[in-house]
Amino acid sequence: MTNFLLTPIILPFFTAILLMFAPKKVYYQRVVTLVSLILTTACAVYLIQTIHTEGIQVVTFGNWPEPFGITMVADMVAMLLVTTSVIVALFTVWYSFKSIGIEREKFFYYPGVLLMLTGVNGAFLTGDIFNLFVFFEVLLMASYLLSVLGGEKGQLRESIKYILVNVISSALFVITVAFLYSVVGTLNMADISVKIAELNQPGIITTIGVLFLIVFGLKAAIFPLFFWLPSAYAAPPVPVLALFGALLTKVGVYAITRTYTLFFVHDTGFTHTLLLVLSCLTILAGCIGALSTFNVKNIIIYNIVIAVGVILYGVAQMNEDGLMGAMFYIVHDMFIKAALFFLVGIMIVVTGTANLKKMGGIMRTYPTLAWTYLIAAFGLAGIPPLSGFIGKMLIVEGGLAAGNLWSSLWILLSSLIVLLSVIRIFIYGFWGEAKTLVPKESRTHYKQLLIPSMLLVLLTVAYGVGAEWITPYMQDAAEVLLHPSVYTDAVLKE
Amino acid sequence: MEVVMSFAIGFLFMAAVYLILSKSILRIIIGTGLLSHGAHLLILTMGGLGGEAPPVLADGVTNMADPLPQALILTAIVISFGVTAFFLVLAYRAYQELGTDNLDEIRRILADDD
Repeated sequence: MTNFLLTPIILPFFTAILLMFAPKKVYYQRVVTLVSLILTTACAVYLIQTIHTEGIQVVTFGNWPEPFGITMVADMVAMLLVTTSVIVALFTVWYSFKSIGIEREKFFYYPGVLLMLTGVNGAFLTGDIFNLFVFFEVLLMASYLLSVLGGEKGQLRESIKYILVNVISSALFVITVAFLYSVVGTLNMADISVKIAELNQPGIITTIGVLFLIVFGLKAAIFPLFFWLPSAYAAPPVPVLALFGALLTKVGVYAITRTYTLFFVHDTGFTHTLLLVLSCLTILAGCIGALSTFNVKNIIIYNIVIAVGVILYGVAQMNEDGLMGAMFYIVHDMFIKAALFFLVGIMIVVTGTANLKKMGGIMRTYPTLAWTYLIAAFGLAGIPPLSGFIGKMLIVEGGLAAGNLWSSLWILLSSLIVLLSVIRIFIYGFWGEAKTLVPKESRTHYKQLLIPSMLLVLLTVAYGVGAEWITPYMQDAAEVLLHPSVYTDAVLKE
Repeated sequence: MEVVMSFAIGFLFMAAVYLILSKSILRIIIGTGLLSHGAHLLILTMGGLGGEAPPVLADGVTNMADPLPQALILTAIVISFGVTAFFLVLAYRAYQELGTDNLDEIRRILADDD
């Protein structure tokens, strides 16, 4: 039964292997992927409940004693993110049926999605720093496939850039792990935390902390390292973009959160101030980008950058409100980004262009799409009953409690810019003179895209309205993040 | 010995950065190859170059080399091998489709298409 926490990794992995035997049978591919993802979701939800009642679940491969084997740790932080990722992947696969195109479906699209999910879930669940690197590579390899699949010219160019950036950041990751190993002599994350506490964090550990920030910052797109993201994400088709936007940067954010709450907690003056300043600048860069473009995809892509900044601002506070807010916000953001990408994907399908200036009056023909988009846009900006509110409120409270008045005000101000950027899509795209739409040869096609999008938006609304019901789980997560001893005691069983 | 290795690794990193900043895709891939060589040598060096015998259990051997960095390197080598193979094929495909391996040219070709 203790091995049950491996199901979110094993199920997608074996399904991907099964799918590789019959790539041309599209119906088989679709059904098996969907069934496997539903099963994985059920396992993940069951695991959340187990952790809530029985505490952190730990399994070490091969029954080795704790610091020597590879440990998998399912605490509430990891499990909430795993569950969110699996649900987002489920909706993306459903949305893909009508949008990704039969040619891609016949060429290992679904195995690619499942292997990426394997890597993402593994990265969330692992308790070993080198194993984290390996799972990063698993998800990156699958994401290279998904980003280049189809082989359009734009995709080829952007994939070269994307792969190059990630090869460099992976090499940096290996270098950083080598430095860390030479200082503490262990790779188990709980053991590293204990060893750093014994050393009382000398200067070299702070240097390694900054190196980790650079490595994971390249994956998560924080301020000076986000340059590759906008064009690399704009090239692949919309379902792939939704998957990337919802999952990939969040793995980097999770890795920063984990290392900055578990390892580098004894001298927060430098590292966490750096994180705070960079998160504010990340928000600034994202805001400028989101207002600068008339491409609907790019507006939402720059909103990813803003959200990364907001989450890391919550992490940098290192108090209960800030960390709980960051957990609330990261889960919300994964759902809402996927939903928004689905919706602008439908806009691109019905208008035949991604340029906002060429759109107009979609509301006359597609009112349901318009209202769904408006709810999602309000949710993203954080209007009270919806999902973005509680996370941002707690983050700002945490910032004020830590005495960061001006940066907290900046977080609030950025919400207005986020709202402006997404409402611009609504005003230009849905209002105004009706412009030429792609002839609707089949309304059913449009409906099949709209149903998963609407359900995902409904889920975010439920997440916002039911915040009180979710709070105990978020408190568990904040507890683990705030007190590294909870994590290390569970793993090392002293 | 560690100091000599550090200089060698630093030189590899320097060459890698120089090559990665060039315009030809092939030079960039050679740069990533050098970068991964540097990273792998760095793991070996940071694990400590002490120990006389290889980490294989045999009678009468007491002073073995640290086995953990060697396992890490082996993993990192196959991963970077896989990524490099993919990257090379991608560069080949990009050359076929776009007709050039110069990154500035590729930017110009795609700007004309828009």
